[in-house]
Amino acid sequence: MTQTSTLRSFPLPDVGEGLTEGEILQWLVAVGDTVTVNQPLCEVETAKAAVELPSPWAGTVVELLHEAGTTVDVGSPIITIDVGGGAEPNGRTAVLVGYGPRTTEARRRPRRAAAEPAGSPVVPPVSDDAPPLLATAPDMRTKPVRHGGLEVGRQAEAAALSAAAAPAREAVPGRRGPRPLAKPPVRKYAKGLGIDLTTLTGSGAGGCITRADVDAALAARSTAAAPPAVDDAAGQRIPIKGVRRATAAAMVSSAFTAPHVTEFLTVDVTRMMKLRSRLAARPELAGVKVSPLLFVAKALLLVAKRYPMLNSSWDEAAQEIVVHGQVNLGIAAATPRGLVVPNIKDAGRLSLAELGAALGELTSTARAGRTSPADMAGGTLTITNVGVFGVDTGTPILNPGEAAILAFGTVREMPWVHKGEVRPRQVTTLALSFDHRIVDGELGSKALADLGSLLHDPATAIAY
Amino acid sequence: MTALPEFTEVVDPVPGAAAPHLPPSCDSGTVQLLTPEGDRVEHPEYSLDIGDDELRGLYRDLVLVRRWDAEATALQRQGELGLWASLLGQEAAQVGAGRALQDGDMAFPTYREHGVAWTRGVDPLHVMSLFRGVDNGGWDPAARGFNLYTIVIGAQCLHATGYAMGVQRDGAEQAVLAFLGDGATSQGEVNEAMIFAASFSAPVVFFCQNNQYAISVPLERQTRIPLYQRAAGFGFPGVRVDGNDVLAVLAVTRQALQAAREGQGPTFIEAFTYRMGAHTTSDDPTRYRLASELEEWKLRDPIARLKAHLSRSGIADATFFESVEADADELAARIRSGTVGMPEPEPSSMFEHVYAEKPAPLAAQQAEFDAYHASFEGER
Repeated sequence: MTQTSTLRSFPLPDVGEGLTEGEILQWLVAVGDTVTVNQPLCEVETAKAAVELPSPWAGTVVELLHEAGTTVDVGSPIITIDVGGGAEPNGRTAVLVGYGPRTTEARRRPRRAAAEPAGSPVVPPVSDDAPPLLATAPDMRTKPVRHGGLEVGRQAEAAALSAAAAPAREAVPGRRGPRPLAKPPVRKYAKGLGIDLTTLTGSGAGGCITRADVDAALAARSTAAAPPAVDDAAGQRIPIKGVRRATAAAMVSSAFTAPHVTEFLTVDVTRMMKLRSRLAARPELAGVKVSPLLFVAKALLLVAKRYPMLNSSWDEAAQEIVVHGQVNLGIAAATPRGLVVPNIKDAGRLSLAELGAALGELTSTARAGRTSPADMAGGTLTITNVGVFGVDTGTPILNPGEAAILAFGTVREMPWVHKGEVRPRQVTTLALSFDHRIVDGELGSKALADLGSLLHDPATAIAY
Repeated sequence: MTALPEFTEVVDPVPGAAAPHLPPSCDSGTVQLLTPEGDRVEHPEYSLDIGDDELRGLYRDLVLVRRWDAEATALQRQGELGLWASLLGQEAAQVGAGRALQDGDMAFPTYREHGVAWTRGVDPLHVMSLFRGVDNGGWDPAARGFNLYTIVIGAQCLHATGYAMGVQRDGAEQAVLAFLGDGATSQGEVNEAMIFAASFSAPVVFFCQNNQYAISVPLERQTRIPLYQRAAGFGFPGVRVDGNDVLAVLAVTRQALQAAREGQGPTFIEAFTYRMGAHTTSDDPTRYRLASELEEWKLRDPIARLKAHLSRSGIADATFFESVEADADELAARIRSGTVGMPEPEPSSMFEHVYAEKPAPLAAQQAEFDAYHASFEGER
């Protein structure tokens, strides 16, 4: 038994009064699906709103005519549905006046050849090439008729754009052209400055002269001999790709999936800096750069051992929190290629000397641009050392998939109350961002406070 | 140790926070006869004697107008309507007010009163043809006691007051019901209409559906006092009613219309409700209001509470509810096929119904226009 089929295609409707196009955000049906009347077919974003389009018919989806992410003109078919043999074939495309299907856009009914009835009004002939309905409009810069006359508006707009793009007409003495378009305040402004609007080309909508056009004309007049500085101001357009693209995607995904909380703590690290000088002189640390970052990394590893949730991940698919068995400590590094975050595998097991050596190697590899994908994969906890740029702190965005990130600010000498007196002390600011789905304010606060006390008095590490 | 940042709520002065200077008689609180949970409660000033049939009828009205609204919204998304102004959430306010009208009364709607149109016996397809752009609303306002939709915000209040002054001069025992929204209260003509209504003690009731938003502008940008208290300034009573309680709306509107018929002058009714959908299909409400607000209002749904009351009190059973659903499906199908099958209007039809008697210059324009259209070959 063969079922007769009647294919009907659904043109993108104008869902918001005067729209010309919409982007298909996602399809909610697939080819082969059976759909019912008013079942959502897809989600479309227009200049006004993102809306679901319900199916006008019951039937089977035959073809999706545009992929998700495509911007489609209003009136273009987007989906073909087989409504079966029972439905009446309907030649009329279901769209209202003002936005017929694109294929019919440039078509007009031909005029009758018969002579006009005597006494009837003289109507100027309209050719297919001429902008319809505007044949009697002397000036193409006429304001486009947008509402309920979209196609007319488009033609007028296109004409206006090309008119605006054309070089300024030279003022012909003794011949008055059409009155230039400008809003009353702009007219007054130009008049006050003694600028003749007929000598300007409008850059606004429909060739309208704007205040900026008048300003530009004024600048051109007053600095006739000055070199043109306009080109320098044109700026630059940089394609988004590579590390920048990956960074952007990672940051956006992290910022909009993990609810971030950032806490700050300012700590007196004078003792840590003293310890650093003493340790740097010890033979077991020979050849290792004993940097403040090394202390912060060590302290963070100790704190992560005490609070394992800092070193965990949110697994949305499995609906589980994954507490990692080891700390792969990521270090955000600025490289010529952009931001990369290589990590030190199982950093918690390393001695201070080993950690220092690993840090040194990681940063030099990154700076040389040789960080391998394996070095960057599997990170569980990250430090961003913004202090090297001389700034105090920031609100770091989590490395995607991680529960916490620590920003380490610059260490600077500041007036600080020490033992009841204001003294110059070495002070730094720590900022800890954490994923509030995993780490609550209490846990995050305790972890940051413990980290602060470790850096304030490194001797307390013996208690860990 | 640092503390978590405090989230400070920034709130504008709340409407109602500063109203002690108003006469206490105007501050009657919000009238409610049916709680959101569906419990019947009494109010000292507004009682409602209502039979079971009438209760079931109100439920049917609510469900059917909601279904009509849903179908119309879908048809707009399918390119079959130019625009649709959804009444979702405001069914009780509209059905309650509409059912309070008597045969000789006259209502002046905005463009959202589909529920009132329904109670006045206007065929939904007449409303659909307006939003499809086929005509300007095809019903007979005099026969239905329901004026054509008014798109200009607030203008219908002047029409209503003028009509009411006419009723007064005719000595007729009729009342006029003017519909408006919270946003319209900021319009000059609404205030003018209220001044005239008060000055002449016109038999008009101003029924304001306060749905909390004038498109995207929230109520607190519209007023610093509850809207119903504005009536005191004009010199007539104002009352706030739970706009999602069809029984309270019915009782309050009935009483106000009766007062108007008896020559006691105007009343202002603020039906406190919420627009659950977009302002119109061209609007995206997620840009200016929070989902949590919507969730809160869902709990005050006008249909759910009446359904709870009907089933709990044994007034209606599952068979009844199923039959109403079937009626709604049938209505939706009729609206769909009727709308899609509407013949396209003749271009010349725009010259009709402009004047009762067509003046010569207009007739000449029409002839010119017809000749122009006749000059083309083929089908339109």
